[in-house]
Amino acid sequence: MKIRIAVMIGLVWLAGSMMAGHALAARSAAVGIKEFKFAPTALEIRTGTTVTWTNRDEETHTITSATGAFASAGLGHDETFAQTFTRSGTYEYFCALHPKMRATVIVK
Amino acid sequence: MDRIDRRGFLECMAWTGSALVWTSTGGVLSSRMVRPAEAAEDTAGAFSFVQISDTHIGFKGQANSDSAATLQQLLDRINALRPAPAFVLHTGDQTHGQKPGAFDTLAEMLKGVKTERIFYVPGEHDVFLDGGKEYLTRYGKGTVGEHGWQSFDYKGTHFVGLVNVLKYKGEGMGALGQDQIEWLEKDLAPLATSTPVVVFAHVPLWAVYPQWGWVTEDAERALTYLKRFGSVTVLNGHIHQVLTKVEGSVKFHTAMSTAFPQPAPGAAPAPGPMKIPETDARRMIGVTEVKLVRGTEPLAIVDSTLG
Repeated sequence: MKIRIAVMIGLVWLAGSMMAGHALAARSAAVGIKEFKFAPTALEIRTGTTVTWTNRDEETHTITSATGAFASAGLGHDETFAQTFTRSGTYEYFCALHPKMRATVIVK
Repeated sequence: MDRIDRRGFLECMAWTGSALVWTSTGGVLSSRMVRPAEAAEDTAGAFSFVQISDTHIGFKGQANSDSAATLQQLLDRINALRPAPAFVLHTGDQTHGQKPGAFDTLAEMLKGVKTERIFYVPGEHDVFLDGGKEYLTRYGKGTVGEHGWQSFDYKGTHFVGLVNVLKYKGEGMGALGQDQIEWLEKDLAPLATSTPVVVFAHVPLWAVYPQWGWVTEDAERALTYLKRFGSVTVLNGHIHQVLTKVEGSVKFHTAMSTAFPQPAPGAAPAPGPMKIPETDARRMIGVTEVKLVRGTEPLAIVDSTLG
């Protein structure tokens, strides 16, 4: 009996993560960079969302996590950087070249 | 030029993809723009050096489609100087965002400069990606603790190269850090106050425009050790335009970029490469002649355009 419950829980868990996996591919969000500002400055997304940043400035910018969770190279004009967020939490990031540029991704 | 308010600063915007030649005569420095086949004063003990800055190799955009080409034009001008400059100071942002291969391209180009030596300090574009690893591997050798900062003497003038981009976090300001400031104090301690001192670093060592991060947050501490000297010249880059400020015996000067201009402080919503048609840029070519100074008297500074 105990084993059967464990198997069922396992199956439910497996189905759940497959659904999450499916959603992972589908969810996306965008952040723009213009005139030395990230927009939106606070982005709320669900777990599994891929966020794509696009630099609209002539100046190079970076997307650098304050905790080291992710970091882009220098993005030139119209270049992009994508990051998928698989765990919930609040991710603060900034531009390593212009550290006054700060924003947050909130993953729920 | 009218007398200058000591607290204020004199501002002149000029861009040309150019560099400054500094001439030292008896410890008094003066500067002028690099022009072809221009002879330096042939005074005994005098020497000249060139400052180039913000070469941004790897940058390609509307502000400049080929930053290597404008640099090469400038290097040709430097090589036409007679006598050749004793050395060249590069005040940082060699590369544009550490683009792959950019350090190599610049090193190869600078091999062609007719001078004894080239001294470097990093800009934030040279170190942000890897915390300075690549830069220090190339240029850290022979610097203090291989941290990138250094000092040397040339014909009685003391030169100090400072690094203020490796603690470039948080408030968006340049910073020197405790270790470097302590080293600076010791480095300057044995010098007589009559020794001319030249300090070079990437981010301005005075508050040009903190809103855009054009400031070194702990520069004031470093300056306390410099104020006792009769002649101090501080050479910076970073802001891609000529700005000058005089405070007591300390003269601050920022150099133009060889790649692209940036807006004057507060003149645009944000800093960054300024798109100017080539013809207009030519009209903005500028000459800055600066005479260094004693005591607290204001300086005579003459700015004029070539175009």
